[in-house]
Amino acid sequence: MTPDPAVVPRLAGGPGEVLPAPEQPRRAWVEQVMGMPVSVHVRGPLARDGDTGAAGAVDLLYAELRRVDAIFSTYRADSEICRLRRGELSEADADPWVREVLALCAEAHERTGGWFDAHLPGPDGVRRLDPTGLVKGWAIERVTRALTARLPDHDVLVNAGGDLAVRCRRTDTPDWRVGIEDPADRTRLLATVPMRTGGSATSGTAARGTHILDPRSGRPVERGGSVTVVGPDLMWADVHATAAFASGAGAEEYLAHVAGHLGFVVRPDGSTATVTGG
Amino acid sequence: MRRIAIAVMGTISGLVLLFSYHTSLGPETHAASGGGPGGGNRLGDGATPAGATPSGGAGATGGASPSPSAGAGAGQPAQGGTSGTFVGDEVPTRWGPVKVQIVVQNGRIVQAQAIEYPNENHHDEEINSWALPQLQDATVQANSAQIDSVGGATVTSGGYIASLQSAVDKAHL
Repeated sequence: MTPDPAVVPRLAGGPGEVLPAPEQPRRAWVEQVMGMPVSVHVRGPLARDGDTGAAGAVDLLYAELRRVDAIFSTYRADSEICRLRRGELSEADADPWVREVLALCAEAHERTGGWFDAHLPGPDGVRRLDPTGLVKGWAIERVTRALTARLPDHDVLVNAGGDLAVRCRRTDTPDWRVGIEDPADRTRLLATVPMRTGGSATSGTAARGTHILDPRSGRPVERGGSVTVVGPDLMWADVHATAAFASGAGAEEYLAHVAGHLGFVVRPDGSTATVTGG
Repeated sequence: MRRIAIAVMGTISGLVLLFSYHTSLGPETHAASGGGPGGGNRLGDGATPAGATPSGGAGATGGASPSPSAGAGAGQPAQGGTSGTFVGDEVPTRWGPVKVQIVVQNGRIVQAQAIEYPNENHHDEEINSWALPQLQDATVQANSAQIDSVGGATVTSGGYIASLQSAVDKAHL
């Protein structure tokens, strides 16, 4: 009954069967960081312990995310990204995290056939460095892995504004049950995904209005709906969700070529499609 | 007998929370519910004791507050007991503070409503005009569907959920 974590999760048809009550202690935290609420759920024997248990480990997670924000924020004039933009800092002298992220941005650009691009036009139309679209998934994946390393025998789930990473190191616990919102009607969940490991990322225009740019035209993507990608690593799930959404009507074809990932597309007309890449 | 006691406790804690809502906004109330160390802007803590009714939803699963007083008082009566109105901590979002009030009957959320939300400019109004009202029903549904977390393209609703989390914590669902 315990699913193989290596297998791509399947979609269930919606809120359905009743799970047995969790037997492990559980606790949740929520904190505003990187401009969004980040919630952390921990399940396991030390979940409700203080500094020596989950609480201390979760404090370290939030501290690391605050450091990510200080380095990568495009809203802070003193961040390394803003200093790179102004030419005050060279990539060679940047923080190792910055060099890692910039290398990943280049790799993402290549692997998505150009649909992901960290050089996007600003309000003035001038393209400038903006790795924000990759940093969020990279950071959440990174801190989730670090948290699970600090908490053996525990399950963890980190949700950052609707994108989430999970790691289960227990085998006696139910799957985390992740609901996917209907982008056109927040009163509905369109599907649920049972997850034990990996990430789920959603790109869409519903929550914030248009905010995804087509890297080829430099213009905002004008479409409704959303693209959710579930995969083994949140950063890549997020990159592929962003790229698929930016490719518009080609989203399903794009996802069909992303091996090992589950794609859930809500088309502008509200119809849905599930795509298993391979 | 126990159920009566539970109902009374729920009412009392509801009144206490409503009172504290008027007298102390944000961090103080959360600190009183056992926010843990380093919680300057910690928004809410939650824990689901084994066997308790699965609570919350929408990225906000987690039940009773871990505060000792909750455990000794209204923390355990998840078997259909808690009723009342609970107000969450104020939560900052990119556009301003959000605060949520929930109405609980017999341990279930029957109404969730944003009672404070950003409205300082037209962009905010545009966001509020659709994002917050739609989420009200979603929270109720997610609560009944036993969802651990919700995926979606959210920022404002995430702040809403965070505020909902603290309201749920205070309700000790």
